[in-house]
Amino acid sequence: MKLKKGIPVIDQGDRLGFWGGKFGGNFVPETLKKPIEDLEIQFNKLKNDKNFIKERDRYFKNWIGTPTRFIKLNNLTKYVGGAQIWSKVVSDANGGAHKIYNATVHCLMAKRSGKKVIIGDTGAGYAGKMLSMAAKKFGLKCKIFMGAKDIKRQQPNVKAMKENGADVIPVYSGSQTLVDAVSECMRYWVANCDTTAMCVGSTVGPAIFVRICGWSTSQISRELKVQLINEFGDVPKKLKLYNCVGGGSSSFGFWNEFMDYDKKQVEFIGVEAGGPTKSKRHAAPLTYGSKIGILHGAAQYVNQNRDGQIEETESISAGLDYPGISPLHCFLKDTKRARYTAASDEEALKAYQIVTKYENLRPSLEPSHAFSVAIKEAKRFSKDTIVIINSCGDAYKDRGILEKKLGKKYVKSN
Amino acid sequence: MLNPISLAFKKAKKEKRPALLTYTVAGDSSKKQSLNILKAISNYVDILEVGIPHNTPVADGGQIQTSAYRAIKNGIKMNDIFKIVSDFKKSKNSKPVIFMGYYNMIFQYGENNFLNKCKKSGVNGLIVVDLPWPENKIFSKKCKENSINFIQLLSPTTSNKRLKSITKDSHDMIYYISMLSTTGGKLKVSPKKILANYDKIKKISPKKNCVIGFGITEKNVSNFKNTDGLVVGSQICKEITRSLNNRQNPVINVSKMVSKLRNKIS
Repeated sequence: MKLKKGIPVIDQGDRLGFWGGKFGGNFVPETLKKPIEDLEIQFNKLKNDKNFIKERDRYFKNWIGTPTRFIKLNNLTKYVGGAQIWSKVVSDANGGAHKIYNATVHCLMAKRSGKKVIIGDTGAGYAGKMLSMAAKKFGLKCKIFMGAKDIKRQQPNVKAMKENGADVIPVYSGSQTLVDAVSECMRYWVANCDTTAMCVGSTVGPAIFVRICGWSTSQISRELKVQLINEFGDVPKKLKLYNCVGGGSSSFGFWNEFMDYDKKQVEFIGVEAGGPTKSKRHAAPLTYGSKIGILHGAAQYVNQNRDGQIEETESISAGLDYPGISPLHCFLKDTKRARYTAASDEEALKAYQIVTKYENLRPSLEPSHAFSVAIKEAKRFSKDTIVIINSCGDAYKDRGILEKKLGKKYVKSN
Repeated sequence: MLNPISLAFKKAKKEKRPALLTYTVAGDSSKKQSLNILKAISNYVDILEVGIPHNTPVADGGQIQTSAYRAIKNGIKMNDIFKIVSDFKKSKNSKPVIFMGYYNMIFQYGENNFLNKCKKSGVNGLIVVDLPWPENKIFSKKCKENSINFIQLLSPTTSNKRLKSITKDSHDMIYYISMLSTTGGKLKVSPKKILANYDKIKKISPKKNCVIGFGITEKNVSNFKNTDGLVVGSQICKEITRSLNNRQNPVINVSKMVSKLRNKIS
């Protein structure tokens, strides 16, 4: 299995949509073959259409507010005492997370194809919130599928979705989290694909959704590359990019522009959700050696039992609480381009405390996982190593959990 | 020699009625009960679809999901499912069995192992909901080599070009999904429209037995008397749930329902 240079990773799949011959694909009911094919044709055309790119960039700039900041975390660097620690503050984006890029692109495409309704899944509520924002912006009706457990633990985002006029549909089946929300959303699409567009909230699902999402979030690394050159004159000789990985949309977007660099120069570190220390459950299929299976239309490493039933996950962060992982990351893992590890619930909370203590930055629980590993590893690195953490979400949505776990002061003081 | 599935269609045709196919989930609500249901309804049914329960079913509606989750919760495993089929096949009055499930369950068992076990247990056909054409080309060929009917699905969104290619690659039986819906949805398309699509398929592929499924219930089944076959699934799963909730015997209730279904199309 080999990663090709000079070809975008999203375009390295084979005729049937498999990366490396075995990850991804289209394991979908016959009914979805046609809408998926339509979407493929539309996307392949639009991604090379200068007018569409212009339109996208205009919305990215004027509405999402690109570029997001790239800042040095001076106090944290001093506290850790090793590499220089920086952050790409993607949570600056309109709505507070990277999910806005994919949502915007899907809505632009839905509008062009004459669809009136767009549906989407959500875990932490960001994908849903952003889709509801974009749908409102582009005059589309919006339905968001969300696990009942996630609705309870991510109330601020649920409120935002409703305020944007979206229907939030609670999903009570299975573990009542993201995995069930995606299943229910796909089921709804099966029944309504003639009138309705679907946005999958991460780089997961049938191959075309993986590609559209990866293409959209790559905005993050496009900006970062420019910012690095402005700051250092060139891409630094020792660069390490840390990102949390749930479905894998923010990390893929954070890395994409640097794919062709030697990994000795630009290393990618993906941090999965290890779950509570005391629990056997986790959401880290790459770290803990899960087997390849089929989930939501794609072959990927996925937590499952011997028979092939998908296993329940457990993580403090709803956005990472997913048993599978993007086929793109399976591909990056097996080609050894990226390295994957996990942080536990407790480690993520600790990292959140450290970051908020030293910096005027408030990463949500998802990027707190990445901060945890970055802080640990940065100690060992030389001073000319540049460590960058993608702070891809804001902790506002987590205030209920943070208050419960850490006490009121961590919510109020921030 | 005709395979048992084609034979079942032939028999129904002789009796001038569509074949009746039922769908029940293996292990719902227990291994024993699901076997007893199969045995009880076998008298009225031509082909039995046995669902392999999966916990992330992307094409099933509420009724079948409920049945599947119930079976999984009660601990059903792949090997138990094979056992249910082989026990059923040993009973008198047994009929052809088609497995219906999601690809991950086959993938984890290993395609070859799975097919061997199917053969040994007496499974006659396979419907894999999320392994469409052309992704299923290699696997369906393997099925054929093992004398197992791989049943291709067609839907209202299937283009004419695709329809031709799929039917060309299909075995003796094909399955037409009546409408854009998960299983068990309310029939939102007129029977006339469904039959028009059915006729289109039959015109392209007159020799294949084409069944219609999704949304077929006691209420509308008589509209489809002039077809090769009809599948009723969700209504049966619903009846199992209803019986359990009312502390009644699902075996008796389901068997009553299926006998009524059979009368309506005979």
